[in-house]
Amino acid sequence: MTRAKAIIGALVGLHALILLAGFASPYDPTTQTRTMPFAPPARVHVFDADGRFHVTPFVYALVSDASGAIYSEDTSARFPVRLLTHGAPYTLFPGVTSDIHFFGVDAPGRIALFGTDGYGRDVFSRVLYGARVSVTAGLLATLCALLVGTALGTLAGFCDGIVDRIVMRAADVFMAVPWLYLLFAVRAALPLHLDTRAAFLMLVAVLGIVGWARPSRLVRGIVLSAKERAYVQAAEGFGAPPLYILRRHVVPQTYGVILTQAGLLIPQFILAEVTLSFLGLGVGEPEASLGSMLGTLQQYHVLASYWWMFAPAVALVTVATAYHALTSLGHEHARLVAS
Amino acid sequence: MRFVLGRLGHSVLVLVLVSVLTFALIELSPGQFFDDLKVDAQIGSTTVETLRQQSGLNETPLTRYLAWTQSVARGDFGVSLAHRVPVGSLLWERARNTLLLTIPATLVCWLVALPLGLWLARHRGRWTDRIFTTASSTLVSLPDILVALLLLLVALRTGLFPTGGMLSPGADTLDAMARLRDLVNHAFLPFCALILVLLPPVIRHVRASAIEAIDAPAVRAARGHGINGWHLTTRYILPLSANPLISLAGLSCAALVSGSVLIEVVMSWPGLGPLLVESLLAKDVHVVLGASMLATMFLVTGNLLADLTLYAVDPRVRS
Repeated sequence: MTRAKAIIGALVGLHALILLAGFASPYDPTTQTRTMPFAPPARVHVFDADGRFHVTPFVYALVSDASGAIYSEDTSARFPVRLLTHGAPYTLFPGVTSDIHFFGVDAPGRIALFGTDGYGRDVFSRVLYGARVSVTAGLLATLCALLVGTALGTLAGFCDGIVDRIVMRAADVFMAVPWLYLLFAVRAALPLHLDTRAAFLMLVAVLGIVGWARPSRLVRGIVLSAKERAYVQAAEGFGAPPLYILRRHVVPQTYGVILTQAGLLIPQFILAEVTLSFLGLGVGEPEASLGSMLGTLQQYHVLASYWWMFAPAVALVTVATAYHALTSLGHEHARLVAS
Repeated sequence: MRFVLGRLGHSVLVLVLVSVLTFALIELSPGQFFDDLKVDAQIGSTTVETLRQQSGLNETPLTRYLAWTQSVARGDFGVSLAHRVPVGSLLWERARNTLLLTIPATLVCWLVALPLGLWLARHRGRWTDRIFTTASSTLVSLPDILVALLLLLVALRTGLFPTGGMLSPGADTLDAMARLRDLVNHAFLPFCALILVLLPPVIRHVRASAIEAIDAPAVRAARGHGINGWHLTTRYILPLSANPLISLAGLSCAALVSGSVLIEVVMSWPGLGPLLVESLLAKDVHVVLGASMLATMFLVTGNLLADLTLYAVDPRVRS
């Protein structure tokens, strides 16, 4: 049970951090500082250059050498890390704006925990904002796919005959095309250049279209077996209308499958969003997405020289691992219940 | 015989329906390729109209669907709008390069996974099993892109392997042996990435179904009779766990063209992957949908072969 609590706690924490990206990140993800491309991650000190101890952690400003490629710390001034400081304004949720950041340093100083990218943008902030785009897309697309899948699956299972045939043939078709190719095929039918908001909605729609078939088939199976249960037949005998039976006795049976599918689909869809954006087919510059950030690693000099550009990959793997742990937890639980 | 015909009919039906779906997707993006040309001031509107005429975009959808299915049957998959050649000729060349990579990788993957999975299942709970379970769940959480990028990083840092491409520039002048060595050198890195991606799920499936077989009453009875070792594995455990593995092998057949797409893109292996991405970015819809059709054929064929094999080996399926 403690392991279950740890996994669920980690997932809740990760999502809170990602959804509150504006508050948790010290900078705006699109603000460029062209004088500081590919600056390494800031070192947070408690001992200054003379070896004196300071209670408040601090950073030094980074200065580049004549070539502009090698950075060193300027130890003449300390910039203490401040909590809950005022900085660049951001929108926390639609309608809620703020300029309070969880941490930051005073102006000429800069705290780039994961370094900066080629335009001098703060990678830490971009990872959080990018994860917000990727994870929200994954969650919404899962919701979309499960809604469509459950609706069609219930329909197919409940009114068998021609409706059932049509829906299940359609599901066959969507499951006959390999996953990545289906994603590409649907993407190919949509306009190439979109603004960020439209691109985001398009991604959610594409993933929803691609993913509805498997859940709908599973839901149909459950609805079919639920229809034969004695209590459903009893309710029919008492004269309950079909819609009441559906709502009260049949649909609740499918919740288990829907939840398991959600656990499987969310990481898969997050990865799909990352894949499309990585290939330049999803959310593009200047907005951050984990995929487009990973895309910069396709340039060999970035890949070979700037290890901190792998930060989005670490974020991605962390989220994926948390979801995988949740799914295997679910499996174990199901096995315990079964035995 | 009826079973065979039934499965065959089902496969053909699915293929026809998929072709309708892909064609509907072509229709959804009507002539966008030429719409982009209209923006170009150097190309007159009559030129665009002639091009549309030549590409048959002014016919009714039904005629075009029939023309398209005919071209699929010929193996052309329509004409690439960007390259002005049949899509088929583009696809076959790239598919050959992809298969050159994926067929050996899939074979190696199964040759390693079967004995290793069985061994892990027989020695369940040992430290080797625990190490493997941890390693495989880590690898499963690593996306293809990241595996490829990390291997590429190793290659860049060590300089042991060439990065990108299939042959070195000027390889045409070399003799056959040297060319082969060059090819193997270039293929090694994407091959490793592919193995790392394909292997863990297959081993997990082999292990899981072998464990299920070991716990089955038939195998426990055989053990009670003193049957053990090699005989137990090959005669009792393997046949019992064969069914899900045959289905999985059918899916491996689909992965021959779809499993390596991202690895090819990252490592610039001139297979289907880079072609797909180029075509997507150039709005060359026919190539993308032709490739999807090709991939679907592999998946449907794989499933069909798996079903037929199951029919041949499992009497329960036959009744």
